[in-house]
Amino acid sequence: MLDCTPKEITERNSGGIINPAKTCQPIGAMYAALGIHKCLPHSHGSQGCCSYHRMHLTRHFRDPVMASTSCFTEGSSVFGGGANLKASIQNVFHIYKPDVMAIHTTCLTETIGDDVSSIIKTADVAEGKLVIHANTPSYVGSHITGFSNMTKAMVSYLAESTSPIKKEQINIIPGFVNPGDMREIKRIVKSMDIEYILFPDTSGVVDTPMTGEFQMYPEGGTTVEQLKDTGNSKVSLALGRFASSDPADLLNKKCKVPVVTLKTPIGIKATDALLMTLRTAFAHEIPKELEVERGQLVDIMTDTHFHFHGKTVAIFGDPDIVTGLTEFVLSLGMIPIHVLTGTPGGSSNSVAGSFEDDINAMLKPTGIQANVKSAGDLFTLHQWMKNQPVDLLIGNTYGKYIARAEDVPFVRVGFPILDRSVHSYLPIVGYHGAMRLVEMISNALLDRQDRDAADEDFELVM
Amino acid sequence: MEAALDIKERNPFIATKGKQKVSLRCDADSISGCVSQRACVYCGARVVLNPVTDAAHLVHGPIGCSSYTWDIRGSLSSGDDLYRNSFSTELQEHDVIFGGEPKLSRAIDEIVAKYQPKLFFVYSTCIVGVIGDDLEAVCKRSAQKHGITIIPVQSSGFIGNKSAGYRAACDALLRLITPEQPLPRKANSVNYLGDFNLAGEAWIIRNYLTEIGVSVNSVFTGDSNFDSLREATAGSLNIMQCAGSMTYLATKMQDEFQIPYLRVSFLGMEDTADSLRKIADYFGDPAMLARAEMLIARETEATSPIIAAYRGHFNGKKAAVYVGGGFKAISLIKQFREIGIEVVLIGTQTGRPDEYDTINDLVNDGTVILDDANPAELERFMTQQGADLLVGGVKERPLAYKLGIAFIDHNHDRKHPLSGYIGAVNFAKEVYSTLCSPVWNYIYDWGGENRG
Repeated sequence: MLDCTPKEITERNSGGIINPAKTCQPIGAMYAALGIHKCLPHSHGSQGCCSYHRMHLTRHFRDPVMASTSCFTEGSSVFGGGANLKASIQNVFHIYKPDVMAIHTTCLTETIGDDVSSIIKTADVAEGKLVIHANTPSYVGSHITGFSNMTKAMVSYLAESTSPIKKEQINIIPGFVNPGDMREIKRIVKSMDIEYILFPDTSGVVDTPMTGEFQMYPEGGTTVEQLKDTGNSKVSLALGRFASSDPADLLNKKCKVPVVTLKTPIGIKATDALLMTLRTAFAHEIPKELEVERGQLVDIMTDTHFHFHGKTVAIFGDPDIVTGLTEFVLSLGMIPIHVLTGTPGGSSNSVAGSFEDDINAMLKPTGIQANVKSAGDLFTLHQWMKNQPVDLLIGNTYGKYIARAEDVPFVRVGFPILDRSVHSYLPIVGYHGAMRLVEMISNALLDRQDRDAADEDFELVM
Repeated sequence: MEAALDIKERNPFIATKGKQKVSLRCDADSISGCVSQRACVYCGARVVLNPVTDAAHLVHGPIGCSSYTWDIRGSLSSGDDLYRNSFSTELQEHDVIFGGEPKLSRAIDEIVAKYQPKLFFVYSTCIVGVIGDDLEAVCKRSAQKHGITIIPVQSSGFIGNKSAGYRAACDALLRLITPEQPLPRKANSVNYLGDFNLAGEAWIIRNYLTEIGVSVNSVFTGDSNFDSLREATAGSLNIMQCAGSMTYLATKMQDEFQIPYLRVSFLGMEDTADSLRKIADYFGDPAMLARAEMLIARETEATSPIIAAYRGHFNGKKAAVYVGGGFKAISLIKQFREIGIEVVLIGTQTGRPDEYDTINDLVNDGTVILDDANPAELERFMTQQGADLLVGGVKERPLAYKLGIAFIDHNHDRKHPLSGYIGAVNFAKEVYSTLCSPVWNYIYDWGGENRG
């Protein structure tokens, strides 16, 4: 499909994108808002944006994704969207009856300068109902920034510090991961017997069981009560600095909840770090069940290490996920030589350091020379792979074009995955997630070995 | 979801077929705060133009618009695949403030250097409409610089709904096909409008037409390219499948190039046969008519028993239809009738008054007809009408499944052709595989009773 990508690398200075490795803020905000219980995300802009975001999320999760829109017309763009938004607020509560309406802006409403917070203040919101909002111009950052911004809105609108003594509970901000990952993080924390608030939490919202009924507001999601209570927690754990640091920092500023920032717990090292942090913060022992899981994972890694060792790999996708994956493939003895994210390097308005620094810091002790880039596109990745071929490609569905053009085994991880199912139910985080990744990676490599084997080399046991 | 109809403004958009004819309100803006299934102007323009295979489709706007439409529809190509890339100027805050024109020129230069396309479509998005970049001027300058065709598509998202985007696409196509000198007419040739070659559908129709002695001059826009579209005005007749997207182009071509048009449909056996006869009739050649009758007889004979076998499984089943355009909705009512299924709910995103009139004439009393429905209304009426199956697009699929209702994608995600006789078989087969799947046996009510 992409056979016409030229091999010769010339300097790119147009500022344009060829085959994006990211998408825009509002979809991230919509996904985060779905992680609040009984919340209807609302897109303040033209109908198309809302429609695209629902389509994309629906294709990834294969579950209904509900969100309303301000339905902009030419008139609203000229005279401002205040009237549309006020009508929307009224109609949304009247028709769809959510507890919370979470508004995000689009590039259009940002550019015409709608002041959403003032509009909300002057709108007629029924008692007991809540409206929160996040500014998510599509021309800044990426969908990860949008996720982070809506999570920040949860903090700025809802979090309260109501008692001087903090509760023995932890806030966990999981970042832009699947509901299966959120479930797994909750299982780990529960097994350590620690009180927690996970937010946002899309488990039980976009992975609902089949009951024969459609529920506009499924059982899952972080409740408003919980979101308020985040201000009373002893500590916040931000998993993945790009999606989670900003909301955690804001909570610290607003309610004095200290922050620990960790990598998204993908792979053994990052999961160890998560458990050690929990143990240190709460002086709870790590339960036998997790110790067994870790032991099993190490056993699996030992059993299979020769499949991976020395194999080169290209990884792309969202920064927190790519960082976790890079660390994990290194622990398997693989050699990541191309590492790319579409999201711009430092999270948009806080926290020092960058994606490239993080990856290079991991690579340095190994002596691996790699191409590392943030704010990149898949054209760049493809050119790298043409010049330095790899044994494996890991990334979201869009990688399939490159995998085919270069005839490289491909493992689908990340967002979006539009051409496979079940992925959103099964974790890639924690020890279980790592086991699953080992299985996916080794299957891809061994399937390729089988496919390419000469008759005399085709073996039963591998 | 009791409250679906709590909103009075929606009432004129919903009707129930009865003795008293009610005219449905349509072609109006959606209501703010609704969960609408509609898309935007840019989306409409993109889905029509995207199948032009050797064009660089460059989206002037922030990244999202091009991300979501990257390979958005499964239109197949017999040659070039440049259209399957996603090009964007990726406007940043700086460009929004100072204007995006320089970036657009640079992006065009870069794509020309890397891919040497003959043709560009440059789409404007919401934000470009607001910051006022002069797309026309940039395209003109770049076209002169590189000696290629660069066509601006005025598709800012907020200037209407998807239909306005179809119009913008047709305007772009008109610019492309308008010849400097009149082209000589090719005898017995048609342009096939409004087929986007999803799953190779345009190829099936091309084969039928070739067999009866009609040559297909250009397809708009399935598996088309710069050269084939530039030949369009040599066609002697336009036949139009998707009326929603192509009526405007067909009338323009009639006015400007004196090419008449016929409305056709190749969905279902009945419509396919009617359309082939209509085309042969138009050319008035008895030999062509005879060949058409032979084709129809042969294919009907081969197809009918298969359809009849499927039909046997569908006793008493009811369908709900919610699709983009009115004309497709009309075809689907007839096609469901062919396989013995009654349509009890029918709606479109952008149907027009005359189409809703036809729908009203076709359906049985008690059928609910609605325009620009939202998921809550779909749920309510599907349940109320006892629908066993929904036809729709991406966003409707999980909704149907959650309700334990079978589903057919008749939009961008269809994976096999639904046109012509092959399509009629595929359609029946798909209805069968979704309606009669054993998975429905595993949905239990409380108490463990099998809904079966």
